[in-house]
Amino acid sequence: MTDGSDITLEVKNLTTRFGSAKTGVTVVDGVSFSLKRGRTTALVGESGCGKSATALSVMQLLEPPGEVIAGEVRLGGVDLMRLGDAEMAEVRGRRIGMVFQDPMTSLNPLLPIGDQIAETLTAHTDLSRHEAKQRAVDLLTRVGVADAGRRVHDYPHHFSGGMRQRVLIAAAISCSPEIIIADEPTTALDVTVQAKILRLLYDLQQAMHASLLLITHDLGVVAAMADEVIVMYAGRIVERADVDTLFHRPRHPYTKALLACVEGISDRAAALEPIQGMAPDLKDPPPGCRFAPRCPSVRDVCRRQDPRLAPYSARHDVACLLVGEEAANG
Amino acid sequence: MAETLLEVAHLIKAYPARGKGQKVQAVADASLTLARGETLGLVGESGCGKSTLSRLILSLVAADQGAVRIAGADFLGASREEQRLMRRRIQIVFQDALSSLNPRMTVGVNIAEPMRLQGLGTQASRRQEARQLLALVGLRAEDEDRYPHEFSGGQCQRIAIARALVLKPDIVIFDEAVSALDVSIRAQILRLILDLQQKFGLSYIFISHDLSVVKRICDRIAVMYLGRIVEIGSSDAVCGSPRHPYTEALLRAIPIADPRRMRVENLGLIEGDTVAAAGPSGGCAFEPRCPHRFARCGLSVPPLFDIAAGHRAACFLNETDRQQGDP
Repeated sequence: MTDGSDITLEVKNLTTRFGSAKTGVTVVDGVSFSLKRGRTTALVGESGCGKSATALSVMQLLEPPGEVIAGEVRLGGVDLMRLGDAEMAEVRGRRIGMVFQDPMTSLNPLLPIGDQIAETLTAHTDLSRHEAKQRAVDLLTRVGVADAGRRVHDYPHHFSGGMRQRVLIAAAISCSPEIIIADEPTTALDVTVQAKILRLLYDLQQAMHASLLLITHDLGVVAAMADEVIVMYAGRIVERADVDTLFHRPRHPYTKALLACVEGISDRAAALEPIQGMAPDLKDPPPGCRFAPRCPSVRDVCRRQDPRLAPYSARHDVACLLVGEEAANG
Repeated sequence: MAETLLEVAHLIKAYPARGKGQKVQAVADASLTLARGETLGLVGESGCGKSTLSRLILSLVAADQGAVRIAGADFLGASREEQRLMRRRIQIVFQDALSSLNPRMTVGVNIAEPMRLQGLGTQASRRQEARQLLALVGLRAEDEDRYPHEFSGGQCQRIAIARALVLKPDIVIFDEAVSALDVSIRAQILRLILDLQQKFGLSYIFISHDLSVVKRICDRIAVMYLGRIVEIGSSDAVCGSPRHPYTEALLRAIPIADPRRMRVENLGLIEGDTVAAAGPSGGCAFEPRCPHRFARCGLSVPPLFDIAAGHRAACFLNETDRQQGDP
């Protein structure tokens, strides 16, 4: 298979817990996926489904009491989970670039933005301070900051939300990483600004031939950006497919319900059919399928047996007992 | 045509800006009407003045000029006592429900509080009312003794809606009321809002930055840009055949949840942003970013031109149309 060589990052059985084994909450529960070169993978789900915790686990940026308790994260044959702090710091920024939702908290308010980008560069490359600053100007120009030569001296508060996000993207791509992880990068932005930031991320990813892991709750953003989509619910992957299959032939009842909530394929204003209830409390998840209490197609077996993520068709995986049955029966 | 319940005429609000004698027009000459049982969407991006407009309508912020009439009666110019009574007819639900509820009161007391402030009912009857409302918004009457922090974001929004309904208003303003909610919870709250409207014949002003939500639930839409209503009309007209370039840009910037219809390459991009655009006035506020701008646009502010019944847009392109169309 040619696929193998295209894989940049491989996550296997990632499990993350907040708190102790006894009283803690498993927020990421046996999550496995891989990213491919030049492709965008969207991780989608609602608050608390574990999508951001997955990204933070991969980057080893979890704040205590969060802790990865099992799993591998392989980048070019190396398991990142086995690296020390210094080695991991080298991976972050140089091989994996990150963009977060709130650029104001990711940027240092007391430092001109040029210095912040240059800092990443001097940390990870042989560039001198002077060269790094020059490079920062080039990067800012590349991400669409007008008059970058002058603006490198400005502080974060001098920039609008969209411009700050561009600055953050410039820092993220400064060392030409193989992988870009963007966690809700446009959630706080107005739609016209969002459109421009999405386009920028896409153009950069294409030019750099990087893997983009895009974490979002917005199905419109997923449809626009993703090649592959992973749907998470209550800490687990419930469905995974290429973007067209996921939107047009979703199999998991949760994915179907989510799609029915938004305008898109179903333009049905009258048929606003909300999913009942809310996501389970992970301190005490329901036995069996975690979506069972809200599922419109639930059967008795769903409340007892825990569905595993299994192939439904080539490159389409679903974690649903009913779908499994369907596939087995042809 | 249904009776006009709310009439907003030429509201203006300016705030002092940086620099001596400088002012920024948060709301510039906004007029709109709301019929009984109707939902009017108010959309626009950050800083367009949509929230300020809602506060002017509610008289929570004093307008510099303009009038608000509720069922024909002057609201802003009314005496304090008259205004207090008229407030029963118009209520608001905010985005952050938890912080809009009093954390030290039980939800039952929170819901009944507007009645107490209005001097309505007895303690027992207010409690009864709160219990009924809890059930009406999909919570349990027994929840009355719990505190706001014990509820999820969606549930808090239900409580806030119950509180907004306790005075049996005619009009409810929802200010980004579902914006902070997850997709599935948002759908539940929208369903509730629509069901309540059906049940009580309520009129809504639904303020949101999210045109895709507004489009789904509103009869009419008003689009705001830098303090002005630049387009207003039926949802179908505004979204289907927008006549202001800003509305068009907004519609084209929204990613549609269907990869066959919309990919990132098709997202509409417009120059600049609103912050940078607040430059010298005198012309159309959208002129610096407008792909269709021509000489006229920088010289004077375009008024709202009539396009079809109830559909108006503040763009000079429509003036040309009109001249060519019907003499």
